[in-house]
Amino acid sequence: MFVLDTIVHRLKRGRETMAYPRGPAPALPDRHGGALRVESGKCPDDCHACVAVCPTQAITPRAGQGITLDLGRCLFCAECVAACPHDAITQTGDHRMAVRRREDLILGEPGKEEVRLAEPLDAGLRQLLGRSLKLRQVSAGGDGSDEAELNVLSTIGWDLGRFGIQFVASPRHADGLVITGPVTQNMELALRKTWEAMPEPKIVIAVGAGAISGGPFAGHPEVKDGVPSTLPVDLFIPGWPPHPLTILDGLLRLLGRLKEKAKPAET
Amino acid sequence: MSSDSPFALLANATSVRWADVPEWPLAEFVRRTAAELDRGARLCAWFGVPEGGDTRVVAVIAFDADNTLAVGRSTPARGAYPSLTATHAQAHLFERELWEQHALRPEGHPWLKPVRQSLGGAPALRDFFRVDGREVHEVAVGPVHAGIIEPGHFRFQCAGEEVIHLEIGLGYQHRGIEAALVGGPHRVTASQMETVAGDTTIGHATAHAAVREALAGTEAPLRAQWLRVIALELERLANHTGDLGALANDVAFLPTASACGKIRGDFLNLTALLCGNRFGRGLVRPGGCRFDLEPERLAWMTSRLETALAEVEQATAWLWDAASVRARFEGTGTVFAQQATELGLVGPAARACGLVRDVRYDHPAGWYRLAPMPVAVWPGGDVFARARVRWLEVQRAGQLLREQLPAAPDGAMHGSAADAQPDTLAVALVEGWRGEVCHVALSDAAGRFRRYKVVDPSFHNWIGVALALRGQAISDFPICNKSFNLSYCGFDL
Repeated sequence: MFVLDTIVHRLKRGRETMAYPRGPAPALPDRHGGALRVESGKCPDDCHACVAVCPTQAITPRAGQGITLDLGRCLFCAECVAACPHDAITQTGDHRMAVRRREDLILGEPGKEEVRLAEPLDAGLRQLLGRSLKLRQVSAGGDGSDEAELNVLSTIGWDLGRFGIQFVASPRHADGLVITGPVTQNMELALRKTWEAMPEPKIVIAVGAGAISGGPFAGHPEVKDGVPSTLPVDLFIPGWPPHPLTILDGLLRLLGRLKEKAKPAET
Repeated sequence: MSSDSPFALLANATSVRWADVPEWPLAEFVRRTAAELDRGARLCAWFGVPEGGDTRVVAVIAFDADNTLAVGRSTPARGAYPSLTATHAQAHLFERELWEQHALRPEGHPWLKPVRQSLGGAPALRDFFRVDGREVHEVAVGPVHAGIIEPGHFRFQCAGEEVIHLEIGLGYQHRGIEAALVGGPHRVTASQMETVAGDTTIGHATAHAAVREALAGTEAPLRAQWLRVIALELERLANHTGDLGALANDVAFLPTASACGKIRGDFLNLTALLCGNRFGRGLVRPGGCRFDLEPERLAWMTSRLETALAEVEQATAWLWDAASVRARFEGTGTVFAQQATELGLVGPAARACGLVRDVRYDHPAGWYRLAPMPVAVWPGGDVFARARVRWLEVQRAGQLLREQLPAAPDGAMHGSAADAQPDTLAVALVEGWRGEVCHVALSDAAGRFRRYKVVDPSFHNWIGVALALRGQAISDFPICNKSFNLSYCGFDL
């Protein structure tokens, strides 16, 4: 009886994996706001209202006029959006924000109002990987939330396995290393050893503001201010923590599985 | 009874003038603290405050039955003192921490070694406890584990499959949170408090906000206190649901594992509905909350909550029905009530040993004063009991939300910010989903933080995991560990 009940309930639940990326992306929560857009051309000379409210000093006055905003340090609290009297900093509602180069997260200069989304890995490496990407995850001072959002990708709603992407137990089996947290002094050795144990070629992915820049812990003597101080990074995924959709977008973008340039459906 | 305690008495989320906290020479202070613990008090925090090259030791204790907290302190001291741990095991990590941070040596401490100290690249774990014998072998696991999980080192002493002793070495996640708070609050402080333990964002943010408000002698508006309770119970629902699924996964019972993985996300999305972030980042701030739950959003949340609660009820019904699950859960990883009492365990881990211990009931603050919460207790102390307590708490959190969502008080979400009073000590306890979150702040003459102490429930409870493994097959480690599901970063700070 019990076994049959379980099967019946399971059938009733039906297929729960989302349609994305073939179908539209699920909507971000309306108060999430998504990636930021910075138009420093709108800033008057003497206004630095946003600089004073940013908890992580992600916003710096630009030589000449306006400001730049580092999305790699951003905690997405939107205090700056509220503080800006000139609509120079706005929320795009866009979940996509993964980039290949650190400087592509710096917003504000003319022509660089938004993030410059990640280009795929080069064709040779993609051919080598084929339809599979095995990742090893290391938390180096992560607070458990970035890790939770990575774990979510393996649940039935997201089903990361359908893209051939899988988290593996051994660095020997891994094509890439996914790192969360600001890289604490006390994890530096273990992180480095994990990276060294991986066969070449190897990819490094930094997930969350902590791993990209140290986040709110930047400047603490106990942390290394993110992965770039320790290892070369191939993909930066901003967020505090990043929404699972942002992480998935970054991984698929890296593998060249996303071609679209248009924004996802408005909600 | 606390009424004749020589310590300064105070209620949860209130403050006391530093000058009014009674003081004794350190050895006498240890004896006084021991006497209070002997008559039923519980150690919430024990830490040092630097003063002129010496260190004062501060104890925050809880008389749960009297709904009262108490604070005492030593006169400035240095060097060695008679260990409290020698007679009261619940002080064991606090005294190690005090020794590491302030070089006060507890004479007679049975296992004095660093807690988070760095060797540069790795924590200074020193020698592990070792069992000798021809049949004994040692198993070392971590810091990097075979999953997406935080780092820690586990050292097992085994005879065949059986674990004789487990020692847990942490410190890998140390981010210097307490040191950075001295001289604060800083602009980044509220964000750092939300990430002490990322899955307890609301718990730690609420404790921090309460401590700041108590220092200032204010309270957040009632509507903000109401919303903090809504968010805290949503956090509890998400994490308990996730843990029930993970426990099912560890005994290869996939229907519940799959369903709960998804439903956990549904609860996180309710928090995101509230503030945009699935973990509640940016919601709770000293003085109030940054977002409101307007009528339309409230109605939406209520209906989505009902769906998720019905689904988790169904998904866990499969779990409790399955004989194979019960066979793996029952009698596995037992911690006895006496051990839990002596070691000062908190949260569901303590309640699963039959201890009636819950901040929401014993020391209600904020909206819990108006929304009483029954304590979910189950005897047994095994994996089954810890799973069962979580399920009871899912039900009660659901019931509380059903009652409280329609009961919102009118008013503002944010009060006016007030400055901290000088030379004042404030204490806030919050029952996070893992147990007691304790924040203690001491202001200086200018109202800045002179000392800030954070105690995550994991700090009390990791020793419980080690005890649960004694006499257990080492292959049961994952399920025992998951039944506690403690925080590494919350411990390491």
